[in-house]
Amino acid sequence: MRKSVQLFSSKKVAPYVFTAPFVITFIVFFLYPTISTIIMSFQRIVPGEAKFVGFENYRILFDKTFYKAVSNTVVFTFWSVFILVTLPILLSVLVNYSITKFKNPLKMFIFLPAVVSTVVGGVIFRQIFGELDTSFMNSILSKFSIPPQQWTMKSSTGMLLMVLLAVWRWTGVNMLYFMAGLQNIPNELYESADIDGANWPHKFLHITLPSLQPVIVFVVLISVSAGLKMFEESYVFWQGSSPMNIGLTILGYIYREGISFGNLGLGSAAGLILLMMILIVSVIQLKYFGLLGKEEQ
Amino acid sequence: MKKIISLLMVTILLIACISGCASENNNSQVPGESNSKQGTQQEQENGSEPTVLKMWIFNDVNLGYWDEMEKGYNKKNPDNPIDLQVETYPFEEMHNKLQIAIQSGAGAPDIADVEISKFPNFLRGDIPFADLTSIVEPVEDVFVKSRFHIYSKDGKVYGLPLHVGATVMFYNKDILAEAGVSSDDINTWHDFVEAGKKVKEKTGKPMFTIEVTDVFTFFPMIIQQGSDFFDKDGNVIVNNESNVKTLEFIYNMVHVDKIAIPTPGGNHHSEEFYSFFNQGGSAALMMPLWYMLRFVNYMPQIEGKIEIKPVPRWTEDGDRSAGMGGTGTVALKSSPVLDTAMSFLEYSKLSVEAQEAVWTILGFDPPRLDVWDSEVTRQENQFTEYFKQDIFAVLREVKDEIDSPNVVEGYAEMCDLVRQELMFSVISEQTKTPKEALDELASAINKYKQ
Repeated sequence: MRKSVQLFSSKKVAPYVFTAPFVITFIVFFLYPTISTIIMSFQRIVPGEAKFVGFENYRILFDKTFYKAVSNTVVFTFWSVFILVTLPILLSVLVNYSITKFKNPLKMFIFLPAVVSTVVGGVIFRQIFGELDTSFMNSILSKFSIPPQQWTMKSSTGMLLMVLLAVWRWTGVNMLYFMAGLQNIPNELYESADIDGANWPHKFLHITLPSLQPVIVFVVLISVSAGLKMFEESYVFWQGSSPMNIGLTILGYIYREGISFGNLGLGSAAGLILLMMILIVSVIQLKYFGLLGKEEQ
Repeated sequence: MKKIISLLMVTILLIACISGCASENNNSQVPGESNSKQGTQQEQENGSEPTVLKMWIFNDVNLGYWDEMEKGYNKKNPDNPIDLQVETYPFEEMHNKLQIAIQSGAGAPDIADVEISKFPNFLRGDIPFADLTSIVEPVEDVFVKSRFHIYSKDGKVYGLPLHVGATVMFYNKDILAEAGVSSDDINTWHDFVEAGKKVKEKTGKPMFTIEVTDVFTFFPMIIQQGSDFFDKDGNVIVNNESNVKTLEFIYNMVHVDKIAIPTPGGNHHSEEFYSFFNQGGSAALMMPLWYMLRFVNYMPQIEGKIEIKPVPRWTEDGDRSAGMGGTGTVALKSSPVLDTAMSFLEYSKLSVEAQEAVWTILGFDPPRLDVWDSEVTRQENQFTEYFKQDIFAVLREVKDEIDSPNVVEGYAEMCDLVRQELMFSVISEQTKTPKEALDELASAINKYKQ
């Protein structure tokens, strides 16, 4: 007994014991599924049997539907990242500005959507952007003599709806990150800039933005990975089947093939492609922002 | 001190582990014994212990029906009662859970409802459902047979139908009257288009709405003519001549004769359409009979103004309906109480009592034909109140004209492509001709099936 106690508290064993929970969850919930996804992507799976079919799934996968899913996902990611970085920065600076009135109501107003589920928000968006003349958005448009739109039927307006929903939902959260970043910028910097006669755009460009750089990197990272994994924003508008696939994302494609149609092999193949994409984009980002290999320095 | 604490922790962990295992052992043995003891006691006192049947469904509207069926079965079989435990899950989740339970071989229920577009997913490889042919055969002749075929493979029936899903035409009487048209004069689709022209001319309203993001316009029209997406052997025939002509006909209704429009909201289940039709936006709507519930729930303004009629024919003696949609109830062959499950299904899905309940409780058109003449169909309910007509008179009229599609592998993918691309590109965007779009659809599905 004494020996075992010594073993547990020894410097050799203890680290393994402490890291075990992570390692075990990693193996069970990530490594094992990944390996079995790789195997399944080369199989045709029906209840009770799985047959190896070589690259058959990949042959079926690479067609215009999948390309559409990829291009939708990329376009969505671009716009959502672009807006979800610039808008929250501006808002957080505004909220941080000393002469802004009604700061707390403003903060609450912007942050509130973050606690609403995307699905609930989406249902409301769906009603606002109905295609009848009497729907909320179309009735506003008609005041400006713009003809009513079929929002969920066209590729451009469909993308607009998805980006809008994501922006509505996440602006508050990202603003929170930037506000925390702003707290860390010493006031002295602004004071000395004042003495040097800098106006506010100068201060914003040369003090605020550079100081926020680590936060921006972080927000871009999580926004890109969230954009690539987008599913709900599309699902709430079209329930998985949109006209001409204007709302199809990679995750939507995996869901449709793997779960709705039961083609687990094809779904696995698409899942692997998504994994590759996220991996490549992440490595490029980390490399570009100089976060890779930092520990050795 | 530290050592003592860590020693304590380890001991506690070990004890927890061991006692956990031990209690599991206890659990698996003792209740079994006590159950059988109780069983024998009860058997001596009042018949036997009820057999527990687990069931999964995806629509809690049906709960009342199953409750009634359990009571009815137990009344008929006092010696062999059942305890039906129905669990409702959301649509996708239930089918996913079922698929996973079957794949992993654990946790599957004894009975389950499977929706028609999901059904072919389960009929591949080793079929997990019990062969129900033996209970279907004795009564097959009094049922709409095509409703068994959709849940069959290689001549064996694996699922029992919930409803017929007979497609009918709902006319708005006010609009027809305004245009001076009578629905009695509309016998063929040609008559329908002519009537549509009058409606358009007199009222300015469209006669008809075309689903561009769902299948319920194109699909029933081709089934009516004996065509389909797939033939009996599962070959793709979606681009055959008859289907191309049908799609051209739909195209002409919208863009040449201008008597129809793409459905507001894309399909007949969108909020936009409910509001549109409720306000008298168009004169006629073609949907299966189960769509009645949407009228009752979402279109109160036109209560009493709607008339249900058979769908126009394509030829002089063509069919005037088609069986659309559906849910098949299955028994899983992995069930330890399969015999009881089958006997319960025989009562709850095929008997006269059960089929009457399909109408009285659920308001669906029961697939058992002799029920259509029964007394219960004349009783008042929310549907007779809304439509103020003998709904079954329409059904009796078309009873031999209700074909159903061939549900084979690729069916779900096909419906999905029709929903997303075919109708939208041909009717709304007009980027492809009917022939082009159907050929493309056929090759897309063939790619899957190879």
